[in-house]
Amino acid sequence: MSHLLAKPGGGGGQNAGAKDQQSIVSGGSSSASREAGLRYPTNGKTIYHRPLNRSKTAELSQASFAYLFSEMVSYAQKRVTGIQDLEKKLNLQGHPIGLKLLDLLLIREPPRSQTRPLNIISLLHFIKINVWQHLFGRQANGLEKSSSAETPDEYMIIDNEPLVNAYISVPREMSQLNCAAYVAGIIEGVCDGAAFPARVTAHTVGGKEEGEMWPGKTVFLVKFQPEVLEREALIGNKG
Amino acid sequence: MSYYFAIIGTQDNPLFEYEFGTSKQGGDGQSRFSEQSRHLNQFILHSSLDIVEEVQWTNGALYLKVIDRFFNNYISVFLTPSNTKFLLLHQPPSSASIAPSSSTVTSSSSASVSSSVTAIPSLGGVGGVGGTRSSSTSIAANPTSPQTEEAIKNFFGEVYENYVKAVMSPFYRVNMEIKSPVFKNRVAAAGRKYL
Repeated sequence: MSHLLAKPGGGGGQNAGAKDQQSIVSGGSSSASREAGLRYPTNGKTIYHRPLNRSKTAELSQASFAYLFSEMVSYAQKRVTGIQDLEKKLNLQGHPIGLKLLDLLLIREPPRSQTRPLNIISLLHFIKINVWQHLFGRQANGLEKSSSAETPDEYMIIDNEPLVNAYISVPREMSQLNCAAYVAGIIEGVCDGAAFPARVTAHTVGGKEEGEMWPGKTVFLVKFQPEVLEREALIGNKG
Repeated sequence: MSYYFAIIGTQDNPLFEYEFGTSKQGGDGQSRFSEQSRHLNQFILHSSLDIVEEVQWTNGALYLKVIDRFFNNYISVFLTPSNTKFLLLHQPPSSASIAPSSSTVTSSSSASVSSSVTAIPSLGGVGGVGGTRSSSTSIAANPTSPQTEEAIKNFFGEVYENYVKAVMSPFYRVNMEIKSPVFKNRVAAAGRKYL
């Protein structure tokens, strides 16, 4: 330690020491002049000082996400009695994320294509492409409209292999459960935020038979509120 | 020019408000609203929310430009994708205060014409006239000119970036009031920079 300190040479070392002291003193006085009651991080950088754009390499490890997610599921599970309630809890955990993603992903778009989704199709495309790309590093596998004439308000986003379910095995007695309800909550948040109120639920549709290509195939059923369709019809007539 | 800026949440609830004046052309950054119009401003902004809701489904852009006018008050709107509204009320200086400035322009131009026969100093005088002439098309005089639109767009863009940062805070929930003094300083800085 002493060897290292001595290395830069007498004068230089002292100078550096003096500088350090100065900066400490000035730092102290500036923090004292700030308003009381509000605490700043020690480096003085708040959330407003951080850039919104993400570098290509800044990805999270899947293992740590899986660990965290398993904790979230068991946390929710301890506080509910039924599968429906559990899915609702997971849905609620995802909802605020969707609301925030909407703003974040649009500001990351190049200025020319920064437009608010005005109809259902452009909103669902935004979810299928931008939201999925951001969350899972790929697009969703499909987007379908309900073919039944009785439910024109239902749309389906299809994911063959949801990332959140990668390390989750559902016990036989809870076969109704799909933990992708969390992702459904995120989708619901995006829809609600963009003023397209909807209910989103996750359903496992992968077949049980041998040789199934995608046993974990999940459909996110997006059911829009009636007023959304009403507005959609009005806008369509105008355009 | 005086400005009153407000962020309105999805339930028509105010999240943030800030009042300032122009910093261009020697402005001191102070607003010149009368005490009475301060109260009125909030009503004017609130009433323009109806028009925002009409316009927002016909135009997918974030920046909707000037959408409403109440006497000498112009209201520009920027809509975030999550349906939060940024409203900026801008009030050009009333005609009484414009009149003397236009008279100075004419007097200075006549002075430069008379002195233009001489030599180099007159060039400076001509340049000065050009400057005042361009300022008549700039932000202060004409609230619907392209320059003004561009300046307000830049202002909104910067506020939007900081708003998204505020939203990114894990402790922030939608429709919460933004109280951060850092945010306020950033908005003030954007106002000084562009308006």
